[in-house]
Amino acid sequence: MAIIEVQDLHKKFKNLHVLKGITTTIEQGEVVVIIGPSGSGKSTFLRCLNFLELPTSGEIRFAGDLITPDNLQVVRREMGMVFQSFNLFPHMKVIDNITLAPRLARKMEPEEAKSQAYELLTQVGLSEKADVYPNQLSGGQQQRVAIARALAMRPQVMLFDEPTSALDPEMIGEVLDVMKSLAADGMTMVVVTHEMGFAREVSDRVVFMDDGLLVEENMPDQLFSNPQHPRTQSFLSKVL
Amino acid sequence: MTFQWSSVKEFVPLLLPGAIVTVKLTSISVLAGIILGTIFGIMRLSRTPLRYLAAAYIDFIRGTPLMVQIFMVFYGINALIEGTLDPFPAALIALSINSGAYVAEIVRAGIQSIEKGQREAALSLGLSNSATMFYVILPQAFKRIIPPLGNEFIALLKDSSLVSVISVNELTRYADTTAGRTFRFFEVWFSAAIIYLILTVTISRIVILLEKCLKVDE
Repeated sequence: MAIIEVQDLHKKFKNLHVLKGITTTIEQGEVVVIIGPSGSGKSTFLRCLNFLELPTSGEIRFAGDLITPDNLQVVRREMGMVFQSFNLFPHMKVIDNITLAPRLARKMEPEEAKSQAYELLTQVGLSEKADVYPNQLSGGQQQRVAIARALAMRPQVMLFDEPTSALDPEMIGEVLDVMKSLAADGMTMVVVTHEMGFAREVSDRVVFMDDGLLVEENMPDQLFSNPQHPRTQSFLSKVL
Repeated sequence: MTFQWSSVKEFVPLLLPGAIVTVKLTSISVLAGIILGTIFGIMRLSRTPLRYLAAAYIDFIRGTPLMVQIFMVFYGINALIEGTLDPFPAALIALSINSGAYVAEIVRAGIQSIEKGQREAALSLGLSNSATMFYVILPQAFKRIIPPLGNEFIALLKDSSLVSVISVNELTRYADTTAGRTFRFFEVWFSAAIIYLILTVTISRIVILLEKCLKVDE
């Protein structure tokens, strides 16, 4: 079943045409990795899915419903997002970072939100860190907290915007491991990343974007070993 | 007439009741100014027509002298209402409105200084715009604007001397009447200056302490 349907999505920033008509479907339980050169529109595409960037034209449906400014807040609760720069709330302890949205946007009881937060922290391997502030954590730990914070809303889809790009190399693994176990649990994921190993190992489908268009998509072993489009070939020859 | 330290010692206690009025007046006005400033600072950043109202208020207050504003409030309100408005509440209103405009600009800058990612993270979690503002943006912004707010407090404390023109019995007016009574002009004004200085230095020390206390998590 399709969870996200994108129809002829365009995004312009003033005179810059970043997305030039994207049509695709994300199935429930699917892990889709988006790759492509910088400036190709990958992040903009991802940010359009939850309307952090307002599409210039085109339609996005979530679970069959057209996303509009009116139902946006409700839809966003179903789509967790993880950012390159973590964006934890620095004035709140880890536990409060995780419980804030469930309490406010899901009206969850404080006790329930708390016990759920401890479960999620255990899941990402940080059960000891509930009462520290984000600045006392390493980048990898912060990103794992950010994943826990997004999961606390019990979203149906998780969007990852270059989640490991701001990390020191030795911390990338711990974040990817959390993402792998999420994928194994059947979470629907859309991941913009430069981690080709992750794409190959975990994804169901790899999408290559260039110049605001979906150039090619395929199962990872197909796309990596036998790219069809010359632009895909040229990109992969540089990064693999 | 030579300068007499003994009369300074005599005048400082005499001026203290005025100093207490000055502190009261300034503290209440700064608090009211912070509330007004937060409201207008947010309005200024909104995408609604309210932002023009906020801009007009800020421009008017910052573009006219405080003394003129004090007279306008005092005589304006007295013209509008039956009976008379006492000088003290009139001074409170004038100083609060004045402070609100300056604080609004401080709050606006504070909000704008918070990284875009904070707002995006909160919205992506499904929080409303207002929840994002009150739980995520404003707490961080306020921490950042404590130093300029402290400066505003100090500036307002000094500017509050102007309300002596509508005969509020604060420090400057106390000094004025005491000087006129004793004819020791320099000693009296010197005493007043010392009291103002003690007050402003105390405020700036408190602000530094507050800043340190709130820095723990960053």
